[in-house]
Amino acid sequence: MAKLVEIRWHGRAGQGAKTAALTLAEAAIESNKYAQAFPEYGPERMGAPMQAFNRISDEGITVHSNVQNPSIVLILDQSLIVAKNVSVTGGVPEDGTYIVNTHLPASVMRKKLGVGANAKVYTVDATQISIDALGKNIPNTPMIGALIKTTGLLDWDLVIQETRNKLGKKFNKSIVDKNVLAMQKAYEEVRS
Amino acid sequence: MTKMIGMTGNEAVAEAMRQINPDVVAAYPITPQTEIVQIYSSFVSNGQVDTEMVTVESEHSAMSATVGASSAGARAMTATSANGLALMWEIVYICASMRLPVVMPVVNRALSGPINIHNDHSDTMGARDSGWIQIFSENAQEAYDNTVMATRISENKNVLLPTMVMMDGFIISHAMEAMTTLPDDVVKKFVGNYKPENPLLDIANPVTIGPLDLFDWYFEHKRQQAQVMIDAKSTILKVSREFGKISGRNYGLFEEYMLDDAEIAIIVIGSTAGTAKKVIKDLRANGIKAGMLKIRVFRPFPATEIVKAIKGAKAIAVMDKSDSYDAVGGPVYKDVRSAMYGKRGGKIVNYIYGLGGRDVTEQNIHSVFEDLKTIADTGKVANQVTYLGVRE
Repeated sequence: MAKLVEIRWHGRAGQGAKTAALTLAEAAIESNKYAQAFPEYGPERMGAPMQAFNRISDEGITVHSNVQNPSIVLILDQSLIVAKNVSVTGGVPEDGTYIVNTHLPASVMRKKLGVGANAKVYTVDATQISIDALGKNIPNTPMIGALIKTTGLLDWDLVIQETRNKLGKKFNKSIVDKNVLAMQKAYEEVRS
Repeated sequence: MTKMIGMTGNEAVAEAMRQINPDVVAAYPITPQTEIVQIYSSFVSNGQVDTEMVTVESEHSAMSATVGASSAGARAMTATSANGLALMWEIVYICASMRLPVVMPVVNRALSGPINIHNDHSDTMGARDSGWIQIFSENAQEAYDNTVMATRISENKNVLLPTMVMMDGFIISHAMEAMTTLPDDVVKKFVGNYKPENPLLDIANPVTIGPLDLFDWYFEHKRQQAQVMIDAKSTILKVSREFGKISGRNYGLFEEYMLDDAEIAIIVIGSTAGTAKKVIKDLRANGIKAGMLKIRVFRPFPATEIVKAIKGAKAIAVMDKSDSYDAVGGPVYKDVRSAMYGKRGGKIVNYIYGLGGRDVTEQNIHSVFEDLKTIADTGKVANQVTYLGVRE
């Protein structure tokens, strides 16, 4: 793992991008790494485009500005790729990694994103997985599964355990189990 | 080494409050209140603390109830942010004048208008002359540590002043970071039991609190209030040293970062100091002697100490995350410049930055150091006050 990994989450308010970023940071800290997770709140209404950020490092992190050059971008809603005032590719290096929640194949997404051959593009139908498991479109935990599978950023078992801890503070066991199931399914189904 | 845990700034401060276990927390339970009080209310509901939680109908009432509880002899706390602090205003001054050791975490957010919920320092900078001790935090760890220390500082018999503990809204309050907390019993022992000086509920020794005080004695009482703020510095340093012994984290009135041999330096408060540390490391790697002084204790203002610490720098930029709208400059700038008058040469300039949550990037801070380098090399100041990162 590189010394500092910076991640940007693009979602719509209500999709759980913030919770996903926080869960990832907690798992990283549990793995004895340093980490930050923070959302950028815009207008406070459901469905509004929002971003969340992670920094994960082997060394202490003091920077408190937004992530400008993420090497990993997670897109929870593919309509954000063409949304006005949102640039999902902004500041991302040529060899950056994109993980998109979509039922479409990566080759189509690569074109939609307009990124070159060096970029790594992965897709997972986190919405369908989430609807199957939870009965609603909360694609955040599946996206964590896709992220860990494609980047190997953190130990998978530990991420599952931390997701249980984090969600367990807010939800009952049945909902936590369903989320973990969705995460595992996305881990298996993510494709390049 | 103690195991790191992930906590947001709000969680960290609520955790410190749980460990302090105040007798009374009075708070307004709706926006602009922060998650601190929301989290704390679950500690109360779960029976994890003995606190009497009073949810009131406004921030003005929150401060009033806190003042009432503290006067009665309780260890009392509240928390607020932005316009909530503005609504408390009248009682904020009364709390300090009555010498009540109230501790109040404040999540720094912009004052309206226009309506904004994001970070800057306009809320607590407005309260800088209210007679409260003001301690700023760079990150969640410092917010936790400062909350624990504030209790000891405020309740010290030589101080008996209320303390605001600040952290940057969203940037710290809603951001998760790696930090450590102290064991419950260590914090409990550190803050100790609160023994009020003249509690109203001590009916064997009746006292009057908050009476009319006209031209005969008002001035003498205000003179005492001024003196106790001057004297508070030594207690703040003493408590900070003792905190260092239990935590291994050492705090002064401010933090000096690569300042010893710095030729150009910035003076900054809050989360931006962390970003500046990264920039300074990069500049140092390129042979540029940059440094920083991060103010932790803003009230009492460490005037002579700052002048001494920054004596070597040829050009200094004071960063203000609020404006005074007085056609002169930001509040920190004016305090620093006034402290330096007649004590040292060198150039000093002001940057107003980050208002209403405008992201403060490494490039922004780089540009300040570039300006400082030009000033140090040429001795010429192009702009005394610069608005940084704004469209003009």
